[in-house]
Amino acid sequence: MLEEIGTNDQGDMIINIGPQHPSTHGVLHLVITLNGETVKKVEPHLGYIHRSIEKMCESLNYRQFIYVTSRMDYLSSHINNHACALCVEQGLQLEIPSRAQVIRVLLDELTRIASHQLWWGALAMDLGAFTPFFYAFREREMINEIMEETCGARLTMNYIVPGGLMMDVHPDFQRKVKAFLVQFRSKIHEYDELVTGNVIFQSRTKGVGILSKEDAISYGCTGPTGRGSGVSCDIRKLYPYEIYQQLQFDEVLEQGGDSFARYKVRIGEMIQSMNIIEQLIDNIPEGDFQAKTKAVLKLPKGDFYSRVETARGELGVYIISEGGTTPYRIKFRSPGFSNLSALDHMSRGGKIGDLMATMGTLDLVIPDIDR
Amino acid sequence: MFLTDYIKTVYGTLGSLLKGMRLTGYYFTHKKEIITQQYPEVRPVLAERFKGEVVMPHNENNEHRCTGCTACELACPNGTIKIVTKTEVNAEGKKKKAIDTFVYRLELCTMCNLCVQACPSDAIIMANNFEHSVYDRRQFTKVLNLPGSKIMEGVE
Repeated sequence: MLEEIGTNDQGDMIINIGPQHPSTHGVLHLVITLNGETVKKVEPHLGYIHRSIEKMCESLNYRQFIYVTSRMDYLSSHINNHACALCVEQGLQLEIPSRAQVIRVLLDELTRIASHQLWWGALAMDLGAFTPFFYAFREREMINEIMEETCGARLTMNYIVPGGLMMDVHPDFQRKVKAFLVQFRSKIHEYDELVTGNVIFQSRTKGVGILSKEDAISYGCTGPTGRGSGVSCDIRKLYPYEIYQQLQFDEVLEQGGDSFARYKVRIGEMIQSMNIIEQLIDNIPEGDFQAKTKAVLKLPKGDFYSRVETARGELGVYIISEGGTTPYRIKFRSPGFSNLSALDHMSRGGKIGDLMATMGTLDLVIPDIDR
Repeated sequence: MFLTDYIKTVYGTLGSLLKGMRLTGYYFTHKKEIITQQYPEVRPVLAERFKGEVVMPHNENNEHRCTGCTACELACPNGTIKIVTKTEVNAEGKKKKAIDTFVYRLELCTMCNLCVQACPSDAIIMANNFEHSVYDRRQFTKVLNLPGSKIMEGVE
């Protein structure tokens, strides 16, 4: 890679960004071909944080492999665990108690809010504003405390097991979540005052990194990246899992396709997630938190696929079973990989400064892309 | 026309910047809104369920509840736990399996809680301790059963 630094035959400058660059949010390596300040080509190089999670899962049994998936998209680790548990439950044909389903969805939405808050702070930091990072962490800390109290960990929860939850929620759970909702509802206007309405932020994101609807579909962009381009791709609406069918919430869609549209989708999603939590928090049904399962889980021969909506888009889990206690093959369809592949198309012809804004609104988590 | 647009843009820009500055100024002057904790001086209060490390509780007679069934060893995804068993002869002359050493390697542990869930006799629990730094990594390999400890009466 090192000999690529310099110029190519056409006299274009080739620059490496990363793998140790603060605004790539991890070990992403971009090789950029530049004509002056204009980006001609962006080539992502992956593999710096490849831990072969898919291969590791082949030697772990169906209870054990779930914890590894927390390390893929660590900002929505609970949702990753959820996807894996859904796939195993599909193979075992388990009925999940309604209490477990409601708590799973509640924690999913809390995770989504926490993930978007971190993204909001990090995006502003990419664009040169340092203060929003602290404001985002103030509310995120409340969610982390809820997670710590109920799941026993702040980031890699491993709270979901095939058949339900590992343990019941903490008695303080409802009170803490309600306190969070009050706090976040009263503070969300600060997000708009600090960043959304800021004229510098607007001129750096409006009309930058445009991804048309057709391109978003052909690159397979999902999540807020796809919805910012007007593609209706919310798995919670299209292929509802757990209890999402009975819930009232809107799929946030923006038609702009630029960085600002993707930003607005995520801000809207935080409010929608709060609506979902408000509907559920007073209606947690009584009952078991775990279905009865055998001590050793064995999936029947065949293949199983489940998909969920993480904070970044569609996560698919594909398990091929030979009838044993460990999977024969596991494949994860990670949202970040498809979203990153559109980066080259989005930033071509733009300026190198806009590349950072575009990359920030894609909300990339590199361990999710590399696995 | 051009002039009014220009003036509007200038005032709009100034307004949006002042809005943000007002917010940061509010927090700058209101000290009670500060939520930062001075960590090494102020000790954090951790949740009861916080998964810090695996420990084996002993009672005052130096007795634990571990039967040496190796359910935790089988449940662990990383090979963190290794149980060495020995055969003991009790007072009635019966042979009984008991643990010799319960080896726990903290550097391999991911705090997934699967071993605690798998244990049929509640012999191991998760402790709150989170400050694990040591100067030598050999210190991460711990023996959880205390020297001279034996199994509690009535735990099968």
